[in-house]
Amino acid sequence: MEDPWSLAVVLLQVWLSVMIGLIMLPAMFGFSLGVTSVYIQILVKILEWATLRIQRGHRERPSLPVPAPLPNGLIQREGGSMEQEMGELRRYRSQSISRGEFALSDSFYFYRKGLESIVDDQVTQRFSSEELVSWNLLTRTNHNFHYISLRLTVTWGLGVVVRYCFLFPLRITLAIIGLSWLVIGTTLVGFLPKNRVKTWLSELVHLMCYRICARGLSATIQYHNKENKPQKGGICVANHTSPIDIVILANDGCYAMVGQSHGGLMGVIQRSMVRSCPHVWFERSEMRDRNAVTSRLRAHVAAKINLPILIFPEGTCINNTSVMMFKKGSFEIGGTIHPVAIKYDPRFGDAFWNSAKYNMVSYLLRMMTSWAIVVNVWYLPPMTRQEGEDAAQFANRVKSAIAHQGGLLDMAWDGSLKRDKVKEEFKEQQQKLYSITVVGRKRRKSSTYHADSLKTVIPE
Amino acid sequence: MGSTNSTLSKIPNVEELMRETGFSPAHIVRLYDRFESLDKEKTGHLRPEDFGAINRLATNPIGDRIIGAFFSAGQETLDFHSFVKILAHFRPAENHRLRDPSLPEPVNSRTSKLKFAFQLYDLDKDGKISRAELLQVLRSMMETQVTEEQLESIADRTIQEADLDRDDAISFEEFRKSLDRVNIDHKMSIRFLR
Repeated sequence: MEDPWSLAVVLLQVWLSVMIGLIMLPAMFGFSLGVTSVYIQILVKILEWATLRIQRGHRERPSLPVPAPLPNGLIQREGGSMEQEMGELRRYRSQSISRGEFALSDSFYFYRKGLESIVDDQVTQRFSSEELVSWNLLTRTNHNFHYISLRLTVTWGLGVVVRYCFLFPLRITLAIIGLSWLVIGTTLVGFLPKNRVKTWLSELVHLMCYRICARGLSATIQYHNKENKPQKGGICVANHTSPIDIVILANDGCYAMVGQSHGGLMGVIQRSMVRSCPHVWFERSEMRDRNAVTSRLRAHVAAKINLPILIFPEGTCINNTSVMMFKKGSFEIGGTIHPVAIKYDPRFGDAFWNSAKYNMVSYLLRMMTSWAIVVNVWYLPPMTRQEGEDAAQFANRVKSAIAHQGGLLDMAWDGSLKRDKVKEEFKEQQQKLYSITVVGRKRRKSSTYHADSLKTVIPE
Repeated sequence: MGSTNSTLSKIPNVEELMRETGFSPAHIVRLYDRFESLDKEKTGHLRPEDFGAINRLATNPIGDRIIGAFFSAGQETLDFHSFVKILAHFRPAENHRLRDPSLPEPVNSRTSKLKFAFQLYDLDKDGKISRAELLQVLRSMMETQVTEEQLESIADRTIQEADLDRDDAISFEEFRKSLDRVNIDHKMSIRFLR
């Protein structure tokens, strides 16, 4: 054993056999040895201890300028409607002047609202990671935490060592194995003629690979209401937080993916996947033509034996505290919609992909050096478009159902607001509401005013 | 995001800023994070377009004027200090009974807040709100919802009520007198959570 090479080889063999035996084989066949759940339980205990320790530290030293984390934003907002506020502002005037009418103080309301939105706004908040109420011993979520105690720092240090030196290599190896097996497996299955065996094998291969990848992220997934699982020929819609959503959902069933065809490594994976079962990959030029997209998806859905399509109607990654507006395109295809709600547990790792801040590779590295990914997936009962409902209303209905189930905020803002600006109509609505407080409803210029349109108050 | 101290050390003259504005270190850090998130091009300065990207502000009828208040005197860029100093106007006022009268007026006192609100109306900064200026504000707040005659009659009535020296404009003193009974501190303050 003097030769360091043979020692290294032996170690490698041990390492690989441990991995295959303890992780990959159970993963491939869909059962768990329970190691991950024990790990999670230990983690929870440690994080609880850390939280208590930090709180104690703050109490003992109140002079520390530590800003408390603010998961709901920076400022305390007044709850009143515009009418209420205007009424309050004008109360100072003497009785002889009528209750309505303009007052110099009216502008204060808009002024304050405007400044509140400069300091903090609900929409931009959704595009950055959720702030945790207490620190989870990851450097990246360390916003305001000072040195509290030696033990805490040591625990954090140990955490770094465990995560980077032990978990990370393990996860990388698993991910590489998972992806290569996906490519090899699907290519092999692709050689078979199109029959039942092929379908069965391709599902098996897909499932195995996604399970290995999920282990590669230490993902613990809890599926609820499995009886509502998406069926063949249906469309599965879910809220979007990160590219990992695909791995999470595909662990429990096979889906037909929809997306743009890429080059490079992604392209290789995409092309090999298509060989074993039909997915829908679009060229960049095709994506712009909405009709072409819709007709291809419609054709896929119409063939009832095809796997359910997986679509993320928000169009972009949101930080998993809310659900933004669904693009109605997915809801125009027809067919049965199977909504799915995905909620990540932020204590163990921040799954949100902030594409402005991180590219895909650094995002994946961050994922692999978190504690774990703990997810809850709820399958909701299937929905179809009702009589007299247009695509947008249907989309909103599905969105509310998903938000309600996942405990997320249902926001009417558009995900594309990450990049675009808001429409004029919202500003006009504000002006409409205000002018009513000044001149009353009847004296306004627009004689045709609909009570309902005013009830669609500015979405928060 | 780093720890509080590392963020504070990134800001030049932060002690002076805290003294002038009265914000605590925690608030300064949060405002700095907000400043950075608004400064998408990472230039260290904000431009009017960066404010325009805030959706809630774009739907505010007087959103443009609010942005203008930040970029007074024809400036084109806004650095962090100026950003915080303007926001400091909206801090809730503290108890002033023990204040030393020789010190300059704090930036969030009732008078300072009123002066700030006055500037919203008085665009040409001549110290008076003329009828035309008042009409402009009314127009932006109500735009197409009321007729021009209605706007003019509202403007007339407002000036009539507030204009004590009959010069057909509202000076700062008249403005202040007219809003004597409004709880300015409550209405023109933003409560920052601890």
